[in-house]
Amino acid sequence: MSFGRPWLAWLWLLGFVAAPLVMLGVVALSVPADGIPPFRPAVSMEGLEGLADPLFLDGLIGSLRISLTTSMLCLLIGYPMTLGIVRSKRPAFWLGLLLVPFWSGFLMRLTAWTLLLRELNVLHTELAMQIGMVSCYLPFLILPLQSRMAAADPLLAQAAADLGASPFRVFLHITLPHSLPGVVAGVVLVFVPVMGEYVIPELLGDPGAQTFGRMIWDAFFSERDWPLAASLSLALLVILVPPALLLRRR
Amino acid sequence: MIRLLLILGMGFLYLPLVVLVGGSFNAARLAGAWGGFTWHWYAQVIADPRMRDAAFLSLQVAIVSACLSTLLGGIAGHALARNRAWFSSGFAGLLAAPLVLPDLLIGFAFVLLFVILGVPRGSGTIIAAHATIGMAYVAVVVQARLAAGGTQLEDAARDLGCTAWGAMMRITVPLAAPALVSGWLLAFTVSLDDLVVASFVSGPGATTLPMLMFSSLRLGATPALAAVGTLLLCALLVLLAGAVSLRKHLRL
Repeated sequence: MSFGRPWLAWLWLLGFVAAPLVMLGVVALSVPADGIPPFRPAVSMEGLEGLADPLFLDGLIGSLRISLTTSMLCLLIGYPMTLGIVRSKRPAFWLGLLLVPFWSGFLMRLTAWTLLLRELNVLHTELAMQIGMVSCYLPFLILPLQSRMAAADPLLAQAAADLGASPFRVFLHITLPHSLPGVVAGVVLVFVPVMGEYVIPELLGDPGAQTFGRMIWDAFFSERDWPLAASLSLALLVILVPPALLLRRR
Repeated sequence: MIRLLLILGMGFLYLPLVVLVGGSFNAARLAGAWGGFTWHWYAQVIADPRMRDAAFLSLQVAIVSACLSTLLGGIAGHALARNRAWFSSGFAGLLAAPLVLPDLLIGFAFVLLFVILGVPRGSGTIIAAHATIGMAYVAVVVQARLAAGGTQLEDAARDLGCTAWGAMMRITVPLAAPALVSGWLLAFTVSLDDLVVASFVSGPGATTLPMLMFSSLRLGATPALAAVGTLLLCALLVLLAGAVSLRKHLRL
């Protein structure tokens, strides 16, 4: 049981990450059945055919729209904030301040937003859901962006300014290009989990709006159609792997 | 200008926390009006046996899974930092998957594994799932810490006649200690806050605090829920402050 036993971690990952993901495929090919568990192993396209349902397309488009909106809003709000942190005299203070909302759980913030947004009569609307999303996921954009920006050599910007570049030109030609890998990492870290978000649309969003997360949750818990839920999950996985691979360090 | 945006953004992030704490002491049922200061909601929460059971279960799960996460994540982070040949990018990918992918996917995949293997669902399955997710967090922190240090100290210890076990206990573990502390804390927090994965892998009778909070929240937020949230927030902040001071005290 030590640092010197890497196979232990390896085995755990095979058993608890690789195997469950393979099971998604197995169950996607099964057929629904009455009983426990509510599926029978088979090689059937029944679950995967559920993806041809127009409802699935609605959910897909809904989730894509929400994910894109949330990541763009987070970028729009988070980029100037990060710039503010990096350029301030006390970046450690601001980062410390950021840690508290980051550490406090999603559910605590959502409880508060439910209370507040109900008073404002906007609960269960698209607006309420977007507020909740940005409030929960903003730190995920700021933290990687900040570490990238903080690693930049301040002498470069200094040199450009000394050579007569305006602050805007310095930003456009030095700060912005240098921060781009951080932007990519931050946007992916928001986009990917939001695609499968269930809790925020359920608590704050419009009850009629379809999302991927809701479809999987309902297929599993309410309809007990596990092959369909597994097929939806596989589709989600296929969509999310390419953006997730952008996070690999080069 | 940038400074103003930063302050506004921080205000937006802190607003729900202020509303949460304020709402929990508000005698009025509605968040819009201040009805005077009260401890009533806290008394109500503490007197509720369902809340107590759920809080106890959540705490148990968080502590056990954070310890498992630290052990496994420490091993994985060390292996990644030292770049063992057979730890290919596949290992890193598997490790990162629960970190990046939506928790809904992870939770659903877990429950399928448990059902197919016939493992009875309950607190044990929640612990296994949380340990796997927490492991990724710990590994990231440990890897960053160890990769920064290099292997000279361990190599020197071995050259001077230390056994592999001795070098690990005297050099590697103390070197990684701050990362292990932060990693444990991260894993603990992630477990305490998790709703989705726990909902999938839990069985009848095992209701964690987030699960209970969610089912009540669906019916509408109440000041009592704000009180639960405030208590959780205080617990997390005390833990965070404790970890920071522990690190200072031990000069880690």
